[in-house]
Amino acid sequence: MRTLYYIVTSALVRGLIGQGITAFVVYQGMVSLRNALGYDTTQGVYDEPSGVMAALISVIGFLLAAGVFTDWLKWIGGEDPPLKHGAQGRPEWTRYINVDVNHKVIGIQYGIASMVILLLGGLLAIIFRLELAMPGLQFLDGDAYNTLFSAHGIIMIVSIFSGIAAMINYLGPVMIGASDMSFPRLNAFSYWVSIPAATVLLSALVVGGWDTGWVAYPTHSTTTTMLGVQMFLLGFYINGFSSIASGLNMVVTTVYMRAKGMSYFRMPIFVWAAVSASILQATITQTVGLALTMVVAQRALGLEFFTPVTDPALIELGFPGGDPTLYQHLFWFYSHPAVYVWILPGLGVISELLPVFTRKPLFGYKWIALSSVGIALVGSIVWAHHMFTSGMPVTWKIPFMISTLFVAIPTGVKFFSWVATIWEGKMRFDTPMLFVLGAISVFLLGGLSGPILGTIATDMHLHDSYFVVGHFHATIFGGFVFPFFAAIYYWWPKATGKMYSEALGKLHFWIMVPGFWVMSLTQMRTGVLGMRRRIADYGPDLGIADEQALITVATLAIGWSILIMLYNLIVSLRSQEEAVPNPWGSRSPEFMSPSPLPEFNFDGPIQVIGEPYDYGLDDSTYVVPASAAGD
Amino acid sequence: MSAVAHDHDHHNPMEPTRSEQVKMNRLGLWVFCLSESFLFFALLGTRFYLWRNPVDGIIRPDLAQIPAFIFTGVLLASSYFMNRAEVAISKDDRTTFNYSMLLTAALGLVFLFGVVLVEWGLATGPELLLGDGAFGAVFYAMTGMHALHVIMGIALILIVWNNGRKGLYTAEDHWAVEACAIFWHYVDLVWVFFYPALYLIGTAIELHH
Repeated sequence: MRTLYYIVTSALVRGLIGQGITAFVVYQGMVSLRNALGYDTTQGVYDEPSGVMAALISVIGFLLAAGVFTDWLKWIGGEDPPLKHGAQGRPEWTRYINVDVNHKVIGIQYGIASMVILLLGGLLAIIFRLELAMPGLQFLDGDAYNTLFSAHGIIMIVSIFSGIAAMINYLGPVMIGASDMSFPRLNAFSYWVSIPAATVLLSALVVGGWDTGWVAYPTHSTTTTMLGVQMFLLGFYINGFSSIASGLNMVVTTVYMRAKGMSYFRMPIFVWAAVSASILQATITQTVGLALTMVVAQRALGLEFFTPVTDPALIELGFPGGDPTLYQHLFWFYSHPAVYVWILPGLGVISELLPVFTRKPLFGYKWIALSSVGIALVGSIVWAHHMFTSGMPVTWKIPFMISTLFVAIPTGVKFFSWVATIWEGKMRFDTPMLFVLGAISVFLLGGLSGPILGTIATDMHLHDSYFVVGHFHATIFGGFVFPFFAAIYYWWPKATGKMYSEALGKLHFWIMVPGFWVMSLTQMRTGVLGMRRRIADYGPDLGIADEQALITVATLAIGWSILIMLYNLIVSLRSQEEAVPNPWGSRSPEFMSPSPLPEFNFDGPIQVIGEPYDYGLDDSTYVVPASAAGD
Repeated sequence: MSAVAHDHDHHNPMEPTRSEQVKMNRLGLWVFCLSESFLFFALLGTRFYLWRNPVDGIIRPDLAQIPAFIFTGVLLASSYFMNRAEVAISKDDRTTFNYSMLLTAALGLVFLFGVVLVEWGLATGPELLLGDGAFGAVFYAMTGMHALHVIMGIALILIVWNNGRKGLYTAEDHWAVEACAIFWHYVDLVWVFFYPALYLIGTAIELHH
């Protein structure tokens, strides 16, 4: 009974109820108002302008009801509420369903959200993979297929953003020796605003679905009659607030919260990757926000950003028309670098874990650190390589091809460093290390298939084919999914104080890696043979039916392997056995403290007195308590 | 952004002190301004991407010049009083602080009503309609997005003015006033870019309705 009471009165449940009530009231009010003004509100599944307004306001309803704004509202009134630490007299587990300002709680909240959303996105993928296993339409129609692949795309993106936020939030502050982020309340806001964003996004599935893919190009997105598209656009847009706020927070935290002696080039290498990703998140997210707002506005208000002018009289007068390629520029200016936001923390995890498991210093620390910044910078000027077939002057295409190929340089720096770090190391093949090696192999596959698509001539042939699907999944599995799983296994004993089963962890790995290689390579092959992406069906005469069935089997294998991981982790939580404090022999600051970490991470301030990655050198120390440093 | 000066009695050595927190707040606000710049530059980019035609090159709608010029002057003047308020609180001059804050908000409101009632034509009848192709879309998007920030700024100024009246800020510790000033100057600066882009640059295309 107590448990039920704690759940019902939690911020999560209060927020969802608040959001539901607000959405209902605002929608009904808007419809009555529009009826009174003489508009027709009976078109479509719901009245579109009213629905947009209801969705936007409902987010505020969620945040107010959940109590995310409480402290800020008190400030407006002139009060000065202190930060609340701890579970406020409730059991410890209730912190994860209530508004909590501690970065570790928020990190774990993000982690759980990421895994739940990952399962949902994976389930959608498996449904349409089953459909694609044979030529002909078996159990889905076109609209259902379109909704499923569109939802798979955006739901996985939300899961990835939650996943990197989990790593950055949990690890960032403790790795630099801080007690928390610079702005703990803003950090809580970042997490909590992503929940109503997710509900708005998921509501798209029940108010008609949508068929625009996750890119939502006009003029299809501005004219489609599947009204789920508005909820998809708004959910995507609102998630941007989360990205911007958490990016800003991590940048400031890294500048000002570092422990004594922790110069920028003595930070754990993951922090460099996290900051590079955070700078990107804090800035470029604005342009996709604008692009999405424009589509929403064109649909709901009639602002014609994307409709070319066709009236000869207006052309004669010199009136300018809208232009659909404008959307593509604004969209990809964000959405291309966004993939670097996803993979940079993952690549940081690879560089972080390799020295631990090879017992050798990280090769070329400064080069690795700066290559993260380099990827972020170069990655920001390549966006139009998504638009080689969109009708762009060739004088624009060539520079974008060249800049795209330049990305290989900072990425190559990372690869050479990894190889050199492994070279002659004393390797230990624990589960996290296996996932790191799997990540490197898969990311290599993604990396090598990249220049083929970045080159104009070959891209003309392969654009929108399954080759792109194979390439994209290889980069994201190699750059995010495998490193994220490595990070979960590696820091699990730190975060929970419990150890998972090594045997099940290895089983997960040995199913997932071959499963992924088969899936990705076969996707690329079917693409070269003529399979288009985002199409519900293919002809038997293409000769790819066996390959398609193979992809489906590989997808199922990956799905099962992830369920094994979750089983492994959840069972470990119930075990009585405590994990040893530093199971991997790491030198990183978080392993100086007990597991799970205390509220403020360390008993007192710490100080850096040596290099971070001097593994294998006996007399080298990285961090000590500041009280023991002597100065 | 803490609106309030404070000093906790029990300071945890792991947590930042008030002066450290203010330094972080300041950087946070500048990163926020940087972030917003991507939005406003994207809007400017949109304007120059769409407002073109093959004959004249860069074009603009032929809008009434005088009201826009006056309202721009009003907004720039408000920045002067915002600065005056900040200087006043740092010298502990409460009277000047109070009326300068109110004057800033009042001039901001005049600008806002100018945009909504005159430029958007709610009072005078619009020159440009929402649905007037790329002219209408970009004009309402840019003025609307800027107006939204002006509304936020005015709300912030009134909150800080009210808390200032209660004596929550001192000459040494008035971060909230500083934050208010940075944001208001920033919103002003955006208009310095938007005004010429909307009203001055390019060949004027006559509007027919």
